[in-house]
Amino acid sequence: MTAPSPAARRSSPVAPKYDAIIIGGGHNGLVCAAYLARAGRKTLVLERRPLVGGAAVTEQIFPGFKFSVFSYVVSLLRPEIIRDLDLPGHGLQILPLESTVTPLDNGDYLAGWADPDETRRELMRHSPRDAEAAIEFGRLMHHMAMAVKPILGMVPPDPSSLAPSDLRGLLKLGGHLRDLGAERFHALYKLMTMSSADYLDEWYEFDPLKATKSASGIIGTFLGPRSPGSAYVLLHHYMGEIDGAFRAWGFQKGGTGAISEAIASAACSLGAEIRTNATVERVLVKDGRAQGVVLENGDEIAAPIVVSGLDPRRTFLQLVDRKELPGDLAEEVERYKFRGSSGKVNLALSGLPEFTCLPGVGPHHRGAFSISPSVEYLERAYDDAKYGNFSRHPYMDIVFPSMIDPGMAPPGKHVMSIFVQYAPYNIAGGWDDARREAFGDAVIKTVARYAPNIESLILHRQVLTPADIERITGLSEGNIFQGELALHQLFFLRPAAKSAKYRTPIKGYWQCGAGTHPGGGIMGASGRLAAMEIIS
Amino acid sequence: MSSAAVASILKTTPFHPRTSPLVRAQTWRRWAGYQVASAYEPHPDREYAAIRNAAALLDVSPLFKYRISGPDAARLLDRMVTRDVAKCRVGQVLYTPWCDVHGKVIDDGTISRLDDQTFRLTSAEPNLRWLSMNAVGLDVVIEDVSERTGALALQGPLSRTILQLLTPADLSTLKYFRLVNTTVRDIPVTISRTGYTGDLGYELWVDAERAVPLWDALIAAGTPYGITPAGIWALDLARIEAGLVMLDVDYFSAHRAMIEDQKSSPFELNLAWTVSADKGPHNGRRALRAERTAGSAWGFVGLDVDWTSLERIYAERGLPPQLPTVAWRTSSPVYKAANQIGYATSGCWSPLLKKYLALAHLTAPHFTPNTDVELEVTVEHRRKRASAVVKKLPFFDPPRKKE
Repeated sequence: MTAPSPAARRSSPVAPKYDAIIIGGGHNGLVCAAYLARAGRKTLVLERRPLVGGAAVTEQIFPGFKFSVFSYVVSLLRPEIIRDLDLPGHGLQILPLESTVTPLDNGDYLAGWADPDETRRELMRHSPRDAEAAIEFGRLMHHMAMAVKPILGMVPPDPSSLAPSDLRGLLKLGGHLRDLGAERFHALYKLMTMSSADYLDEWYEFDPLKATKSASGIIGTFLGPRSPGSAYVLLHHYMGEIDGAFRAWGFQKGGTGAISEAIASAACSLGAEIRTNATVERVLVKDGRAQGVVLENGDEIAAPIVVSGLDPRRTFLQLVDRKELPGDLAEEVERYKFRGSSGKVNLALSGLPEFTCLPGVGPHHRGAFSISPSVEYLERAYDDAKYGNFSRHPYMDIVFPSMIDPGMAPPGKHVMSIFVQYAPYNIAGGWDDARREAFGDAVIKTVARYAPNIESLILHRQVLTPADIERITGLSEGNIFQGELALHQLFFLRPAAKSAKYRTPIKGYWQCGAGTHPGGGIMGASGRLAAMEIIS
Repeated sequence: MSSAAVASILKTTPFHPRTSPLVRAQTWRRWAGYQVASAYEPHPDREYAAIRNAAALLDVSPLFKYRISGPDAARLLDRMVTRDVAKCRVGQVLYTPWCDVHGKVIDDGTISRLDDQTFRLTSAEPNLRWLSMNAVGLDVVIEDVSERTGALALQGPLSRTILQLLTPADLSTLKYFRLVNTTVRDIPVTISRTGYTGDLGYELWVDAERAVPLWDALIAAGTPYGITPAGIWALDLARIEAGLVMLDVDYFSAHRAMIEDQKSSPFELNLAWTVSADKGPHNGRRALRAERTAGSAWGFVGLDVDWTSLERIYAERGLPPQLPTVAWRTSSPVYKAANQIGYATSGCWSPLLKKYLALAHLTAPHFTPNTDVELEVTVEHRRKRASAVVKKLPFFDPPRKKE
């Protein structure tokens, strides 16, 4: 390649080829690109890795076995995105994941099955009272999810602003909360402030049930089930349920990477361009306005709009010079909590492990296994992490993707996906190969407590610590949500006050990652809302 | 009370010893006087997913099956149906409706040419009398082989992979709507590349006595590939996506209709492609020719019901959209402005396409694709209308079906 002569560079102030550049081809970046392209903007996505998807990728780490390396199920992908982008036409195919089994320490189990009668009978085995409470609890959570749903779909208004759009947003929000009625408003308030264990104590008596339910409240955060604020994340599960008729909850055919590929395919068909192996070094800023980006190889690409799909730390402290930002914003972003707390173990197996509590191979292998035998178990797992260690006996969410999509492994063989918490990013002494393997050993040893033949089946083991997640995906401190989903980092404070509307203080520089409202999970809402704001 | 067993009204299929223990919630349904599984699990999500992602095994034995043989077998069928049977080669299968003299559809099914003078006809309803009436003066033998023939449908993207493990026949050369007489683990079968799902798939025809070993062989070989026994609920979702009509649901047999309005011509069922324009005399030819020239009063189309409008009419009542997990079969009016312009006869939420789909009969000219119409939806006991757009069928037609 020859560099253009200085004369040529001077003589032709060509119009930029692109209207918008998206930094990072994660699912939100791709969603944002698709919506911008749909609105007629010439959009370029730049992805550092050789494949798009960010934390939603499928890779053959071991020949013949496909791993959803990081994110492994889909629950909250917004129906409007599926429709607007015709994702089924681009390969989205969500397969049902129907049950959850919690093995108990006494050799028994607690199961939630697809059929309500079967589930109720199962709960009655443990607590007839809880079997009934579950129905009322489900109804309340349905209402809570209905209450929160419009908030997820709105650009957060700034409560300290008198701008008409903010006032309109606040009025809408106020009206919405008033319509909830006192009882539901109070329930929502509790949900936003209490610990998941305390919240569930108000409803249930059977401890393993509380543990299994509260597990969904701790995923991706550095909180234990007894930490205040953990109840809010419980709602996320039910958010998926109110879109129940849409049935977008489950396992993507081909793994989560196939979701990213479907969005990328939709974006390309709408005219967006995607470049992989293209690392952005920094954003070009002149006179407080974004001008384009510089790649690691020195190439400059101009565009009046630059959108970062990366997390807030990289968006504000790495891609731009902090002197371009107001001092308090840089400090606020520095204080923004990442604290990755989870790891992942992916296994290639020669067969299916048998669980002592439910011997044999059966329909339960097509659902999830939750290693959450008691609230104390989870809290102790958190205690290890609090003091800088990985949990010796961690919380785990286990699925066998090959039982749902046979294409994930060679016939008769299987892949096993183990989401593990806690594995603190800031582990005492730092993560190294020895600690990673020790962590992997602890995971397998804990699985073996419930499924003793696991070790004899392992053909290959991939262990991912938060440090690995950060290194591979770029997610700061390995936080899977681009920052904790804690109340002080949500809505008009995500990622920072005055920078919560996908804008930044730099004109033309935008954000669209999960570090913005509403964040978290393969949802795509941040990418879509960012695109809407940019277009308007 | 006497302990004598009460005779069941319904017959069981040759696969019943295998299917019966799997029907966990006793969700049986009637099909042509037989007892078959609606679903093996309480709801059909996973069985449906197998049709579109792995392979589903469906017991379709209740189909009526006739063996028609003799020098005039082709002439009999050609006289009866709308497609050109003379052009059907040995080893080929034709899907076709057949009509009364007024060109109204009596039934629909497949014709397999097993050899030069032997055919198998499948149908949804009994057709022995109609066949015999049409056979007057012809040298032909008609046998009802319904009860002695078991039929299985193996449908889905992995169906070929599984079946190829079990049969010496080369399935990679077996084209869409062709058949081969072969064996599956030494059990004599006819394999036809046909089905009612709009997907890659096969149907297997077997002597009733060998039905159970055939089922066992398929399950054993298919398990590593996710083979899943599936019932009628899952099939119904797939056939709506594939835009395939169902007798007694989407149309009535001209032989059973009480009034003229209950009858449909092939053109009115989106089956114009099955009406040969140049074949010799056949039932309904004059009427069908006239209709081809004059145009039809009705069209059979797909409706894509707008999700946002569903959300709106449910939100008025404080609810998210509530949609059934199985297909519905109750007639629902379709409107354009103030006028009813037709009715939908079946519909479902498509788990694959993420769309609410319906099959509808609409009057001219409203059956033109992309026409905006409204479908009546009952929300909390109140009649509402959801926006919908007319679509050409099928909704789903993957290349693998014919590849």
